[in-house]
Amino acid sequence: MRNSVGTVDTVLLLGGRSEIGLAIVERLVRDGARTVVLAARDAHHTEALGAGPERLRAAGATAVHPVPFDAAATSEHAGVVARATQLAGDLDVVVDAFGVLGEQAQFEADPAAAADAVTATYTGHVSMGLAVAARLREQGHGTLVVLSSVAGVRVRRDNLVYGSAKAGLDGFAQGLDDALHGSGARVMVVRPGYIPTQMSAHVSPAPFPATAEQVANAVAEGLRTGRRVIWVPRVLRGVFAGLRLLPRPLWRRISR
Amino acid sequence: MSSERILTGWGRTAPTSASVTRPRSPTEVATALHRAPGRGTVARGLGRAYGDAAQCAGGQVLDTADITPGLRIDADAGTVTAAAGTSLAELVRSLVPRGFFLPVTPGTRHVTLGGAIAADIHGKNHHRDSSIGAHLRDLTLVTPDGSTRRLRPDSPHEGRELFWATVGGMGLTGVITEATLHLIPVASSRMRVDTDRTPDLDTTLERMCASDASHSYTVAWLDLLARGSATGRGVLTRAEHAHPEELCPRDRLQPLAYAPASARLSTPPGLPGGLLNPATLRAFNTAYYHRAPLRRRGQIQALDSYFYPLDVVAGWNRLYGPRGLVQYQFVVPFGDAGTATLRRVVTHLTQRRAPAFLTVLKRFGAATPAPLSFPSPGWTLAVDLPADTPGLGALLSRLDAWVLSAGGRIYLAKDSRASAATVHAMYPRLAEWRRVRDRVDPHGVLTSDLNRRLLLTAGAV
Repeated sequence: MRNSVGTVDTVLLLGGRSEIGLAIVERLVRDGARTVVLAARDAHHTEALGAGPERLRAAGATAVHPVPFDAAATSEHAGVVARATQLAGDLDVVVDAFGVLGEQAQFEADPAAAADAVTATYTGHVSMGLAVAARLREQGHGTLVVLSSVAGVRVRRDNLVYGSAKAGLDGFAQGLDDALHGSGARVMVVRPGYIPTQMSAHVSPAPFPATAEQVANAVAEGLRTGRRVIWVPRVLRGVFAGLRLLPRPLWRRISR
Repeated sequence: MSSERILTGWGRTAPTSASVTRPRSPTEVATALHRAPGRGTVARGLGRAYGDAAQCAGGQVLDTADITPGLRIDADAGTVTAAAGTSLAELVRSLVPRGFFLPVTPGTRHVTLGGAIAADIHGKNHHRDSSIGAHLRDLTLVTPDGSTRRLRPDSPHEGRELFWATVGGMGLTGVITEATLHLIPVASSRMRVDTDRTPDLDTTLERMCASDASHSYTVAWLDLLARGSATGRGVLTRAEHAHPEELCPRDRLQPLAYAPASARLSTPPGLPGGLLNPATLRAFNTAYYHRAPLRRRGQIQALDSYFYPLDVVAGWNRLYGPRGLVQYQFVVPFGDAGTATLRRVVTHLTQRRAPAFLTVLKRFGAATPAPLSFPSPGWTLAVDLPADTPGLGALLSRLDAWVLSAGGRIYLAKDSRASAATVHAMYPRLAEWRRVRDRVDPHGVLTSDLNRRLLLTAGAV
């Protein structure tokens, strides 16, 4: 159960190898969470998850369970949630952090690969989000943390596949939060800017970068205060309020 | 008839949803327990527990307000029998004009009899009269097997065990539907109050120790925002029920006349957070402290203004804004270690400039035999803090550790944030309580968010 100061007992991480996802979970564990389920591709045992589980145990987790999860296997998503519930009991926080960034140039050369990437970044989150929402509704409490991106706030031409998928995800997550209104469960949308991680190693840095730890701190703070949308770093909220209003020709030029 | 509702405790933190039904009789309670959904059931009264004791996420909550029959007073025996959903306000209104009063009353009238028993509540007279469990003649409990049991403190073995597991049992042994309480006789509806302003913590503690023998009711309000040599200064009020001859001539004609003070002020909904910040609280506390007389003896006050000063402001919990409040209440044993811990906590909260609004210090006397009852001989301090105070979780965990190492514990009816491991260590008789509870609820039908968080029952889900 989430307590009055925002501490939780159990966390499910969808995308069990995600650097940002792990940073968030580690922070929640440091604050008091004890049981963690890491859902990731081919996670049949803990060893398949690399250093993540050990890091979480060192932070204070008493149980770290692996659950195999394939973003593209949408028909299995409800089963993943059921398995996580079996292992952890009530899911106090579910962190939705899976996805691929990809390279726009490659997508343009291989449209089918672009569609696959959209499955990982958007479609898979729809089936998973609905499965998680059903469980949270049933248990009468819980927060789904969805990692959106500022890339979805206004789509740039240089990563339009990823950006449009994130735009879809952002809208889906907000709509899902409205659908859950009154159920005791809720959705928190996180919009990070550029975060230097392995996933983003191939893209050139953008202004106002943040670290995975900053995202984790912002999520923990958001859980404590009950915010529904958080920007990391916070300044991006104002920056994008302006960028959204930029005339198209200007936007095209700065977003190359 | 049931409705899906979002519920919180008085602190308005950690909302969860449940299906709320209002049974009207023990039979309907039994039916509701029988039909309980997989996620369990818990009873709820007026929702004055600060944390998550009377909510059950995704499960069923039984609102006890409609359970009948109503209250019956037996003037010869000096007892009152009332349905679990009867509020103490209703009891006081019926009892006082007939020359009786509750043996134990908390700081608000807006709690139910059932909730009072489930939390084994205490009042300002605990040092003399213990908690409410010590004044019960019997209680009626509906257990998940559908049976209705009348339990007494002097029942044969298993009945006695179940009685004491229910007192302070946070609603996890069954649903209380009715209880009979031994009353105390009163000759007037007024209190004779002595007030003292104390300059620091030492004086506060000293004066309180000295009044154990002299006064029935004792409580000190502390100004935790005063620092330095004024740390722990406060206002000590001690009282007795007044004799009719002490009243003014007009009141003497009808010494038992009682008109409950209605809530004269109401907190508007939707107040923003941050109204109660260190600056406003310091101003309030300073004004309150200096308004109190240095020393005043024998002031006659209405019952309500002595016992229930906060009831005048309806919904005062909304002053804390949308993020709500946390009340931290602990007891530490008398003696050097306990007193040192009390000082340490007061000093720490003061130095950290914790925005503590209502801080209340009392002395506890004898405990009841209930394994999960909170009060035991010692100092008890209750502090209200805004839930969004930065670092609050870590601060209170630190206090938990100090309280635990001094042999003290925290009050489950106030808790909304402790860890299961801490609470288990603070309540060493938990295993004993679990054995009794598992006998009457082997399938874990009764559960609450508090239970899910603190794992009071083995295998709580």
